[in-house]
Amino acid sequence: MDFSLKIEEELFLQMIREFAEKEVKPFAAEIDELEKFPIEIAHKMGKIGIMGIPVPVQYGGQGGSNQMYSMAVEELSRVCGTTGVVVSAHTSLCVAPIMENGTEEQKMKYLPKLASGEWIGAFGLTEPGAGTDAALQQTVAVDAGDKYILNGSKIFITNAGFAHVYVVIAMTDKSQGTRGISAFIVERGTPGFTIGKEEKKLGIRGSSTCELIFENCEIPKENLLGKVGKGFGLAMKTLDGGRIGIAAQALGIAQGAMDETVKYTKERKQFGKSIAKFQNTQFQLADMETKVQASRLLVRHAAYKKDKGMPYSVEAAMAKLFASETSMEVTTKAIQFHGGYGYTREYPVERMFRDAKITEIYEGTSEVQRMVISGNLLK
Amino acid sequence: MKIVVCIKQVPDTTEVKLDPVTGTLIREGVPSIMNPDDKGGLELALELKDKYNAEVTVITMGPMQAEAVLREAFAMGADKAILLSDRKFAGADTLATSNALAGAIRTLEYDLVITGRQAIDGDTAQVGPQIAEHLDLPQVSYLQNLKYDGKKTFTIKKATEDGYQIVEVDSPCLVTVLASANEARYMSVRGIVEAFDKPVEVMGADKIQVDESKLGLKGSPTKVKKAFTKGVKSAGQVYEVDTEEAVGIIISKLKEKFII
Repeated sequence: MDFSLKIEEELFLQMIREFAEKEVKPFAAEIDELEKFPIEIAHKMGKIGIMGIPVPVQYGGQGGSNQMYSMAVEELSRVCGTTGVVVSAHTSLCVAPIMENGTEEQKMKYLPKLASGEWIGAFGLTEPGAGTDAALQQTVAVDAGDKYILNGSKIFITNAGFAHVYVVIAMTDKSQGTRGISAFIVERGTPGFTIGKEEKKLGIRGSSTCELIFENCEIPKENLLGKVGKGFGLAMKTLDGGRIGIAAQALGIAQGAMDETVKYTKERKQFGKSIAKFQNTQFQLADMETKVQASRLLVRHAAYKKDKGMPYSVEAAMAKLFASETSMEVTTKAIQFHGGYGYTREYPVERMFRDAKITEIYEGTSEVQRMVISGNLLK
Repeated sequence: MKIVVCIKQVPDTTEVKLDPVTGTLIREGVPSIMNPDDKGGLELALELKDKYNAEVTVITMGPMQAEAVLREAFAMGADKAILLSDRKFAGADTLATSNALAGAIRTLEYDLVITGRQAIDGDTAQVGPQIAEHLDLPQVSYLQNLKYDGKKTFTIKKATEDGYQIVEVDSPCLVTVLASANEARYMSVRGIVEAFDKPVEVMGADKIQVDESKLGLKGSPTKVKKAFTKGVKSAGQVYEVDTEEAVGIIISKLKEKFII
């Protein structure tokens, strides 16, 4: 068993860390405070390939691995949870399903612009009545000869306000249940497709989260993604991949909080010595660090299995479950170590704490991850 | 156009710590980086590649580990890489280093040779100018900006102690570049993925036409007499005020320290 990084992964880490430190970290507080979508950063990332890491070179991508992709999300999230999820939702939820299920024409049409960051991608599955129980889709797509007519709405769609391409899940045959669900590629500007208002959120405030509204929206037939009736499986598989991204985001936020806390406990003096000299601090830091490193190994293992073409759905669920709960725990403790200062926006741990919470909810709540893991055990 | 860029792998001096007992550098665990001025030089070459389709060859001298800096150059966009590595090159001062590098460059075709101004681990600023002398090339040091007419002539803005000079020079020539001349690009993801599939040519002393007495320790007239730690200065204070107020502050500080 080899736990060392490959040489290209080492070099990749060097690059992405430098990028995150110089191009993202200085803007993280502002992105949060002003709820500012990091569009300039997304374009910069596109230029050096971060928006298309696992996309093959023939489709304008970088030919990188899922391991590199997860490292990118981790390192970006370490300094800015918003930037991490922009890349994650774009890559895992829009680029990946097109890459894995698209026809040659679809791949040639969409992947080069998505992989270069010229276009941003989003994914529409969740509806007001179809959250964890995603099979309860109310959005319908009616076959009208050379086109589909879409009606319904999607909520909480990450990247929605800035995306150009949306992978949208809809019911094509209600009588078939989950086998009557299909996936479509919908472009911004398609008549009948509008984007609703931005949600005001607790954390990842710079990310754009909106409703998608379809009113007699006509989708050309060639925009059906995958086969008719296979949309539910496509969505579930897409979420499996997405969970590696969100686990990496949670891990990055936790690591960012660790970095801040280690630094702060060495500087902060109480009772005549730095608080790092107290055994309570030392023992808690040890526990936090151990959980962060355990999260990292789970994330890397899931990405490794995906890269090897092995089933990874359970590994991704475990990585997401453990990393997101670790992220919440570590950021909570990070604030405690910072005391009153940690509760203010003077220190980044306050933002990290708010950013961490969503990782236990989106792309499958912690409860869903437990269902996946136990379902596999008890099958 | 063919460009040769000399780059050096150096310890990241922002992370170097001194052994409090011996006063020497603790190199262990210190990350190695591409020397910042050299990175500026590579960026200049890559900009010429983008605009004029130049071919960029990077060259470094060092132990086999120095290959890492060449891979980084590949990931940024360099086309070819040469590693000058041989025990006979060991212990070289700036003169022996420039002899070896010039020997290697002589085996290549080039229109422009680029080096960084100086390396952060030695700060001599000698190797670039020496290479130009060995190769009998016109040289422009401390390059801040370069314009190319697309044929033969470079118009160069070079930094001097009290301002800038604008000079013209024809190829082939050598320039030494400041890190501040540009903002070096990031390695691209694809560049990183492909960097390890490209060949690095390893050249030993037998591949270059340089007398062995001019290489390595034998070819190094420099003798290190003594090494010592520089005294630590405090960071100082910066005031952004007008001249009159500044003079007042300086006088009061000097008085405070009983200098005047």
